[in-house]
Amino acid sequence: MSSAGWSDFWHMGGYALYVWGSLGMCAATLLIEVLWLAHRQRKLIELISAGPDSDAGESSP
Amino acid sequence: MQLGAVNWFYFAAPQRFYRLAGQLLPWCFVLASLLAVWGLYIGLWLAPTDAQQGEAYRIIFVHVPVAWMSMVVYLAMAGWAGVGLVFNSRLASMMACALAPTGALMTFLALWTGALWGKPTWGTWWVWDARLTSELVLLFLYIGFMSLHAAIDDPRRADRAAGLLALVGVVNVPIIYFSVKWWNTLHQGASVSLTKSPSMASTMLLGMLVMALACWAYCIAAALLRVRSIMEREAHTAWVQDLARSA
Amino acid sequence: MSAVTHPKQPAALPVGLLAAVQCIFVRDLRLALRRRADSLSAMLFFVMVVSLFPLGVGPEPGLLRSMAPGVVWVAALLSSMLSLSRLFADDHQDGTLEQLLLGAHPLAFLVLGKIAAHWIGSGLMLTLIAPLLALQFDLAADACGVLVLSLLLGTPVLSLIGAIGAALTVGLRGGSVLLSLLVLPLAVPVLVFGAGAVQAYQAGLGFSAHFSLLGAGLLVSLVAAPWVVRPGSGLLWSRYPQMADFDRKFVMRHPVCNSVR
Repeated sequence: MSSAGWSDFWHMGGYALYVWGSLGMCAATLLIEVLWLAHRQRKLIELISAGPDSDAGESSP
Repeated sequence: MQLGAVNWFYFAAPQRFYRLAGQLLPWCFVLASLLAVWGLYIGLWLAPTDAQQGEAYRIIFVHVPVAWMSMVVYLAMAGWAGVGLVFNSRLASMMACALAPTGALMTFLALWTGALWGKPTWGTWWVWDARLTSELVLLFLYIGFMSLHAAIDDPRRADRAAGLLALVGVVNVPIIYFSVKWWNTLHQGASVSLTKSPSMASTMLLGMLVMALACWAYCIAAALLRVRSIMEREAHTAWVQDLARSA
Repeated sequence: MSAVTHPKQPAALPVGLLAAVQCIFVRDLRLALRRRADSLSAMLFFVMVVSLFPLGVGPEPGLLRSMAPGVVWVAALLSSMLSLSRLFADDHQDGTLEQLLLGAHPLAFLVLGKIAAHWIGSGLMLTLIAPLLALQFDLAADACGVLVLSLLLGTPVLSLIGAIGAALTVGLRGGSVLLSLLVLPLAVPVLVFGAGAVQAYQAGLGFSAHFSLLGAGLLVSLVAAPWVVRPGSGLLWSRYPQMADFDRKFVMRHPVCNSVR
């Protein structure tokens, strides 16, 4: 595809919806997953450092 | 337990593993990003247009890697669940629980990209292809694992039950795939196979492999990140308190 | 439990293994007969589901004839799921399950007895009324016979796989629905080969391959499923913390992974 220009690249031979729809969904979900996990990690650290009494840790036997 | 000179359980201690995971994380993410950029460059730019399917075939550069990963992650999940059951290790079960949502996400993406590939090439959003149908059943297996673990309050029992389910599932997955394949070929008239990808030029194969490695690195990174927050939930232990104080 | 005794079996058991299995089997059958409503309602559900399909897809005979094996099989699957939560629920509630777990006989064999009794109350009943339902769909008599045979081979496999799910979910809140969620994906091969056998027969191809696979599935699950049930019902660990101690001392354990907490 070295001869095609940028507009052809975005157009994807008419299949733009499908190709970019797939890639977009993949990128979006993976990004959301990472961001959400990082956010959860930060929240947990805050909760724990707020003190042992103020957090509801899970009880293990 | 020492098997020879190597202590295989060195990292089974939570503090050590937490530190290891923290060190590995950024490298895995960097590796995943670099490989993804390279793979997408090959797939979207370098690889030639297919004669039959046009540009739409480029979806295989994400569809095949995520489908492979959904199966690899299930195997890894069942493996860690087995380790947790046999060696009575909480950390191994936590790893299995950390892998499950990532695997389910990979399965969902395989189904989504498969549908988006099916529409322009075969005319329908959903095709009862053997692989897609098995992916659907695999998604149900992932969801079953996560639901079972969430439904049990006692963490030890939850680990055990979900671990057993994962092991039973991993034995079943080849059987399910085989039976669905049989079912698919029996009803040959109605079905078309999405697995008839264009004959692999070496560029395409390279692109697919690179993307597969990128997905693998991503899955490892996401699982390590998730297992760290699962471990932090054991907030009453001293090492977590120390960690929080130092953070 | 201050002094933990070594878990050795007594030299001579008061009741032999086969007698114990027979005892459990007969007891469960008797209990099922006393509460007939449970199995009858599952059968009624089966009949209703099968009868609802023509209302949904239209009465055209050709369509119904081709749909019949699949519909009957899916309905059998669903009603088995309904009745499976009963398998361990009553025993769990009145404490019998704990006695069985603590007893000297290997739980796997006792569980086989329970599953056999349960199958007679659910799967066998479904198999016996399936011909009547197949008539509703205008299925030919010989195809009907193949359907009954496939159900006869397949419903025990459903009971066996379902027993694993029942053991994992015993006593849980979401009980029955969670059980279905867990077991239905695992039951896909049974559905495919069971319904496929009848469809293959209708198409004029042989059904021997399907039946061989169903039979193989039955043999494998007969051997494997009861052994998964014992560790699956993790009741002892949650109810009796001392048993967790016992478990940690006598089950394979590795100092490093358990010491640093």
